[in-house]
Amino acid sequence: MLDDLDRRILRYWQAEPSLAPGELAERCNITAGKAARRIARLQDLGIVQGSGVVIDWAALGYALEVSLRVTLDKTQANAFDTFMAEARLVPEVIEIQTFLGRVDLRLSIIARDMGHYQQIYRSRILTLPHIAEIEALMHVARIKTQEGLPL
Amino acid sequence: MIALDDIDRALLRALVRDAAQSASALGRDLGLSQPATWRRIKRLEAGGVITGRRLRLNAEALGFGVTVFLGIKLATRGRVSLEDFERAVSAIPEVQTVEHVLGLFDYRLRVVARDLPDFERVLRRRIMTLPGAGEVEANVLLSEERLPGPL
Repeated sequence: MLDDLDRRILRYWQAEPSLAPGELAERCNITAGKAARRIARLQDLGIVQGSGVVIDWAALGYALEVSLRVTLDKTQANAFDTFMAEARLVPEVIEIQTFLGRVDLRLSIIARDMGHYQQIYRSRILTLPHIAEIEALMHVARIKTQEGLPL
Repeated sequence: MIALDDIDRALLRALVRDAAQSASALGRDLGLSQPATWRRIKRLEAGGVITGRRLRLNAEALGFGVTVFLGIKLATRGRVSLEDFERAVSAIPEVQTVEHVLGLFDYRLRVVARDLPDFERVLRRRIMTLPGAGEVEANVLLSEERLPGPL
């Protein structure tokens, strides 16, 4: 479905998502028209779903990021759905992931400081339904963040 | 740390959804002129709130059917150089993100692979052989949602 040129375009594009179509064409050594057609096709196929800016929460005063690994009480019907529906309502939750493995779910939460974190943890997280177990990982540093695919 | 007003927040929400929108289109939605919108975006960039863009690719359509999160504990703490470990792990193309964490594990990795046998290959040949890698826990990602956060 995709050829080498498509992959080359995607490699350059994911490394520098702000590139304009003309710049991307130049990097890939193809004409602007050809690049535009390929880009449109990648979008039509749903391979490129768009782009979004990345926010540095620390710059907005959210100095802490904590990963909460949650195990749910699966004897409860709909434990996943009800837990997730309520977790979405907590503004400081920025990511919800579900897993097959030792933990069921992970929430990424941000907080201004330890006091703020403790307040969110006690009043908004521990009150979420069907929790069997929670473990916390405190983020120290991001070493690699690009999330690129090895194309 | 920079303070945001309601318009900044709406602007950030719109840019997280779609970074490719023009300043004039964004301004129209927010009731701002094109130059005023542009100035606000520049301020958010200069203040380090917007750190860049991320291209949203459909990993599955590109043949990457499996995403696994790995928790890694370093085997001989103190004797391995964190820098060596971080450099080696960041160089693995299938490793999309590396986070240094505090808690049950030392590092948290996001790894993408074509399928489970491909993941096993990456795990055995590239990750288990890293300098200092000790205990590893794997959780296969089933679903993921990113939320706008406290904006």
